[in-house]
Amino acid sequence: MPQKPPSPGFESWGRYPKLESSIVPLNWTCDFPLHPPPATRMLPVGAGRSYGDVCLLGHGTLLRTRGPGLSGGMDHLLDFDPATGVLCCEAGTTLGEILDFAVPRGFFLPVSPGTKYVTVGGAIANDIHGKNHHVAGTFGRHVPRFELVRSDGTRLVCSAAQNAEWYAATIGGMGLTGLIAWAEVKLRPIVSRNIQYTGIKFSGIEEFLVLSEAHAKSEYTVSWIDCVATGRNFARGIFMAGDHASEPDSLKRSQPAKLMLPVDFPEFLLNRRSVGLFNSLYYNKQRGKIKNTLVDYEPFFYPLDKLQGWNRMYGKNGLLQFQCLLPWEAGQAGLVEILKAITASGLASFLAVLKVFGNVPSPGMMSFPKPGITLALDFPIRQEASFDLLELLAAITLDHKGRMYPAKDATMTAAQFQAFYPQWKRFAAYIDPAFDSAFWQRVTA
Amino acid sequence: MASRKFPTAVLALGATSAIAEATLRLLAERGARFYLVARNQDKLDAVGADLLTRGAAGVATQVMDLDETAAHPAMLAAAAKSLGTIELALLAHGILGDQKEAEASYTAAEAVLRTNFLSAVSLITWLANYFESTGQGTLAVISSVAGDRGRKSNYVYGASKGALNVFVDGVRARIDRAGVQVLTIKPGFVATPMTAHLAQGPLFAQPSQVAQGIVKAIEKRRDVVYLPPFWALIMLILRMIPGRIFKKLNV
Repeated sequence: MPQKPPSPGFESWGRYPKLESSIVPLNWTCDFPLHPPPATRMLPVGAGRSYGDVCLLGHGTLLRTRGPGLSGGMDHLLDFDPATGVLCCEAGTTLGEILDFAVPRGFFLPVSPGTKYVTVGGAIANDIHGKNHHVAGTFGRHVPRFELVRSDGTRLVCSAAQNAEWYAATIGGMGLTGLIAWAEVKLRPIVSRNIQYTGIKFSGIEEFLVLSEAHAKSEYTVSWIDCVATGRNFARGIFMAGDHASEPDSLKRSQPAKLMLPVDFPEFLLNRRSVGLFNSLYYNKQRGKIKNTLVDYEPFFYPLDKLQGWNRMYGKNGLLQFQCLLPWEAGQAGLVEILKAITASGLASFLAVLKVFGNVPSPGMMSFPKPGITLALDFPIRQEASFDLLELLAAITLDHKGRMYPAKDATMTAAQFQAFYPQWKRFAAYIDPAFDSAFWQRVTA
Repeated sequence: MASRKFPTAVLALGATSAIAEATLRLLAERGARFYLVARNQDKLDAVGADLLTRGAAGVATQVMDLDETAAHPAMLAAAAKSLGTIELALLAHGILGDQKEAEASYTAAEAVLRTNFLSAVSLITWLANYFESTGQGTLAVISSVAGDRGRKSNYVYGASKGALNVFVDGVRARIDRAGVQVLTIKPGFVATPMTAHLAQGPLFAQPSQVAQGIVKAIEKRRDVVYLPPFWALIMLILRMIPGRIFKKLNV
């Protein structure tokens, strides 16, 4: 019988797998290394917004840089230089907290993922990307320096010039190289909260690619794609482009989100019919082919943040996320094959995203993005069916020389990971001897 | 009272506690200057850097264990000198202690009383005279709802806070007429490192919520404030339960 998990429990955003571990909160950078050191292996975690097991360690010790409900933790802002836009903060600071500080001062994040409830440490450890990857590259590219603390107490200030190998290994290093104590983030200036938004309906991958090409100069581009519709509606979607408004306007701080999903939804609620209905409504909400408007940055970047705990929509079993990258050289065949497999399964959720990655190189040794097309979507966990589908999608990805994203993954095999990231052995030399993760155990077994 | 200037010279005792820090951040955004006292220099440095980054006009720090009451007058005089005038003193240090241990051992109970009550008495004695003689100032003391009635689950901590409430009530009655605000802050459950080991129920508030309530209570020159405010109702009900029934309850 499994033991009762220590309270409070810790789940990743996908709530799968469920693993027991001890939790040690870190509220100050001087709290680490631990005295005495724990008897188990360790893994730093931030807000727990990774989907799979990259932020989990069964029978291990999780070093939490954020408290439950995002209260407290290593969240001190250490310095800000308005002349350069460089903010230095502790690794447990969330991107939302950076925005609260930066927006009223006329600054914005250099790279924004789909939620602002992630920590800076997590953003570096997964070398996250956003809607501006095609022009700005990954988050790690905008981190000039950070401090890495190893379990033996060694403190390494890392940059492209100083401890450069540790810099490269830690960006995208999945928290395995040591604890990031603080980091510098280079913010970009803005004059308004607003985003000049263009939404364009498309039908099929061809049209998506044409639109991506035509809007390559827009700072932010991303597409929602319908992964349920078949026939003439196959691969329909909405291409969304945005730029920070150039007209000065409000720079006030965001209000905290109030809506919270209070319960786990029953699992039958998300099915082909309900998702298909949602997708049709969403696609047809925009009446014309093209829509131009000014929108606030919150709904543009973080539409789901409005509903706290939205992952409970998938029921208590949780969800699986799949995100792959297919390089240009593989052509469109792989993407079409993947989309067909998904629509055929009928398992897709409405949260499906398609985006073109640019050729700005990532500084991280293990970073996920590279030039090509990325597709990301959620699946509810349905017995064998969901896992069979994920296995098939991974196989297609591998066939077309693509790769999957560890931060979103709970299912790829060791053989697949090692083919996706052949540099993994070189990276392994930088792992802290006292650190480990459930993901790493799985993909190096 | 809207014309009254909001305090900008702030002495924070127990400045690295979660509620204190959240409160100081709000004051830093208004450009306050700080004298911070706590036990650990590394933590004080982090809090100081954070407040300066958020807009504080100045930060000085002093490392000190506030249990050492003999050193209080020199520290408080140094704070007054550094700030020019102390306009707000926030007492935020405290320990939860271990109820079970304190039931078994007087030494453990005494440690809770010394930190939460006796050290506060020493600080407040000096500060009350200081504020009275300068004819201004806000003395804000973080107590707890636990001081409203002795419960079997935490009466040692509760007694330290209950005694503190009585003491602060008396000080208020004495120096209110000198133009000094004396504020008793009674938070309920707050998600802080002090309570991290407890299961976090729906009654738990975030330190930032409590901090906003503290700043508002200072602005409105309140005497006693429950935070979040619904605790006033919970404690009213708890106080009204007849003792004969209360002693049978598991609260």
